[in-house]
Amino acid sequence: MTKQKLVLVGNGMAGVRCIEEIIKLEPAQYEITIFGSEPYPNYNRIQLSKVLQGDTTIKDITINDWNWYEENHILLYPGETVVRIDPKGQMVLTDKGRQVDYDKLILATGSLPFMLPIPGAEKPGVSAFRDIKDCEKMIDYAKSYKKAAVIGGGLLGLEAARGLLNLGMEVSVVHLSDYLMERQLDQTAGQLLQKELELQGMNFYLEKQTKEIIGDGKVEGLLFSDGEVVPADLVVMAVGIRPNVQLAKDSGIPVNRGILVNDFMETEIANVYAVGECAEHRGTVYGLVAPLYEQGKVLAKAICGQETKAYLGSTVSTQLKVSGVDVFSAGEIFENEPIKTMKVFDDYRGMYKKILIRDGKIIGAVLFGDTSEGNKLLRLIKKGADIFEYTESAQSEQTGTSFVASLPDEEIICGCNGVTKGTIVNAIQTQGLTSAEQVKGCTNACRSCGGCKPLVTDLLEYTLGDKLNKADQKEPICGCTTLTRDEVVEAIREKGLSHTREVMNVLGWKTEDGCSKCRPALNYYLGMLDPIKYHDERESRFVNERMHANIQKDGTYSVVPRMYGGVTNAEELRKIADVAEKYAVPLIKLTGGQRIDLLGVKKEDLPKMWADLDMPSGYAYGKSLRTVKTCVGESFCRFGTQDSIGMGIRMEKKFERLSTPHKVKMAVSACPRNCAESGIKDLGVVGVDGAWELYVGGNGGTHLRAADLLCKVKTQDEVMEMTGAYIQYYRETANYLERTSKWVERMGLDQIKSVLEDKETRDVLNRRMDEALTVLKDPWQEAINSSDIRKELYETVKVPVDMK
Amino acid sequence: MVEAIRYRIKVGEVNEIPKEIGKTVKIGPLEIALFRLASGEIRAIENRCPHKGGVLAEGMVSGDHVFCPMHDWKINVTDGKVQAPDVGCVKTYEAVIEDGEVIIIL
Repeated sequence: MTKQKLVLVGNGMAGVRCIEEIIKLEPAQYEITIFGSEPYPNYNRIQLSKVLQGDTTIKDITINDWNWYEENHILLYPGETVVRIDPKGQMVLTDKGRQVDYDKLILATGSLPFMLPIPGAEKPGVSAFRDIKDCEKMIDYAKSYKKAAVIGGGLLGLEAARGLLNLGMEVSVVHLSDYLMERQLDQTAGQLLQKELELQGMNFYLEKQTKEIIGDGKVEGLLFSDGEVVPADLVVMAVGIRPNVQLAKDSGIPVNRGILVNDFMETEIANVYAVGECAEHRGTVYGLVAPLYEQGKVLAKAICGQETKAYLGSTVSTQLKVSGVDVFSAGEIFENEPIKTMKVFDDYRGMYKKILIRDGKIIGAVLFGDTSEGNKLLRLIKKGADIFEYTESAQSEQTGTSFVASLPDEEIICGCNGVTKGTIVNAIQTQGLTSAEQVKGCTNACRSCGGCKPLVTDLLEYTLGDKLNKADQKEPICGCTTLTRDEVVEAIREKGLSHTREVMNVLGWKTEDGCSKCRPALNYYLGMLDPIKYHDERESRFVNERMHANIQKDGTYSVVPRMYGGVTNAEELRKIADVAEKYAVPLIKLTGGQRIDLLGVKKEDLPKMWADLDMPSGYAYGKSLRTVKTCVGESFCRFGTQDSIGMGIRMEKKFERLSTPHKVKMAVSACPRNCAESGIKDLGVVGVDGAWELYVGGNGGTHLRAADLLCKVKTQDEVMEMTGAYIQYYRETANYLERTSKWVERMGLDQIKSVLEDKETRDVLNRRMDEALTVLKDPWQEAINSSDIRKELYETVKVPVDMK
Repeated sequence: MVEAIRYRIKVGEVNEIPKEIGKTVKIGPLEIALFRLASGEIRAIENRCPHKGGVLAEGMVSGDHVFCPMHDWKINVTDGKVQAPDVGCVKTYEAVIEDGEVIIIL
């Protein structure tokens, strides 16, 4: 059977997403050709503002790279524009004179930025904000010019303005209406937004109509209809978009504002379809991504000849992607006669919430400041929910299984990977899953940020009910076994096991060789239980701990030498500078832990560089003591009450290289001003007059947590004793990869206190700690001294290209 | 009929390659991750994870699989297939041991 020919005009998000759906449904039905005017593969246009704001590179926003087209046997013509369609002959013609026949044709030509037809609009310093080219132009201008004006105070304009601020420009935003984002926000929210953005540095000119872009040759400013002039070197027009329908119009395909389509995305011409921003469905043209994806799904099924639900239009929501400002809007947002509203306005904290109600049903919402309810409200609006459903859920703060039970199957549980409740429940039922870890493995939910894990756990409970018995709820250390951490550690101790492979054999691992989760964990537990006899398995270490350097995304490494307490001297700095020059280190950066990081080092150079540095490893890669950060303390600081530097150095020298369940960060401050940030460390020490306070379980990272006061002691020796006992207790009881912030919460602070209160227990813990410390050696020195290590780990085999 | 020319490239002695630790091998522009499995067998695959280009030679090797050091994708070193829930594959190369030498056949 010969394949049918499918041609897509427009290589953007809507069209290519639809092709993805088609390939998923019928991988072999069509021979696919795509034309795109831009010289890039499909990229995420929504993220362009992030590129402009400097958070992201163009490569990061590519959705389908060149390989994807190749792998799916799609013929892509980038940088080539279709100029005419012959619907009778079923053929398209391009600007390069190419003719391609089709059996089915999808138009996904998107939108064009609307450029105000005012004098001066053709000047070189005037740009739209629509594609990569525009972004590059703005970035380029920001290098040589200072002043930017953005015409348009809507979503797009504000995102552009924020980006230009990040690029270091002075930004004026000109807007016709009397408040910002007037299509999505009401006046109150619009004004709150303006206040916030003014704080970020934007200038606003509201109720201003631009009459002309003035300047001799290049742009010099804007002239408003009231005669006022605003100087500008760059003008960005972000006043709106209009559907790109010229091609359809010229080819006799009926259009209104957009290309007219029915509920199956069919145009009025046979075998021609339209999807995305160029399509007009039931009088609406959408300019946001979610509806475009919904349309693409319907179209894919229609084109593959599969039965599909009709597309009935979408309820859209808006979120402004400007850092530090949370705005959400969905559904109808303007108050008029039959509509009632519920409002909460907290001027002090800058929070505003408005919910619009008609005939008792929620029909729209505006949120400012706190948008955490956005998804819930959007769902309620979509299903036309009764307002009581919202007020009741708000009152009871629904959680647990009753909450997940209330969610519809299509509700997205994992936002990062787009996994719905239906997909998860189905996987649990059909594949017999009983743990969150298994759900992650089968569905991708929880795979990225992990924020949805509680919901996934609730879904397990809700789906399995009584079948989810207590035995299944215990968390095995990985998918290779059903045993928990405690059971494994107990078995190692009891049976005297001494190798990871032995543990896996004796304890009946499901896999012969384990996985990337259990092997490092077993390696840690074995070493923790018998530090003297256990031979560390470097093949069971994660790359960073095997190589003693941090791997970077391009396969290079970073090197952080030890600087005890964050104190250095001229000689060390000179050595570091020399080494950086000698090995052409591309980036030198100060770390959060008061160290110097040399980034972008080639694997082969690592041992040589360490030899030249002649400093110990700073263990910035390890599940180990990372750093002891210190403040200046009594030797120089007028507030310092204690010798924080001396204390910190003493701690770092004692506990460096120690193997711990996860990384351990420490700090010593010499007064409660806490310049070393002891309050967010795994163990933080704060000097006060005549005493030291010890804080534990703090974390400044993923699981932000203020540390709890463990105890107050008088002398440096007591600090050392308490720290040793505390860290050893953590080493012996924590799960591998459990930070102290989680561990303290799991164990309970009181329990930890009661264990460490007892002098005898502390002595026993410290004895075991000292034993573990005796066997540690500097790994960089080991690599320098051993040609075997250098050869096995750091050398690359190179074969010259002229092969015989 | 034209027979494809195949190159046999010696990349070192098998004893020099530690078990379960990958070796980076550069042959001209090609970058290959070479593995000596726990079973003693040799495998060679492209040294780039299809996800974000992570260097697979530095990954943890378990049985027939290597875990990418970047985002923990699990890849079969024999057939190059990425394991569920991720999808994709990497190129595999023929590698043999002859007289104690590891030879990659291109």
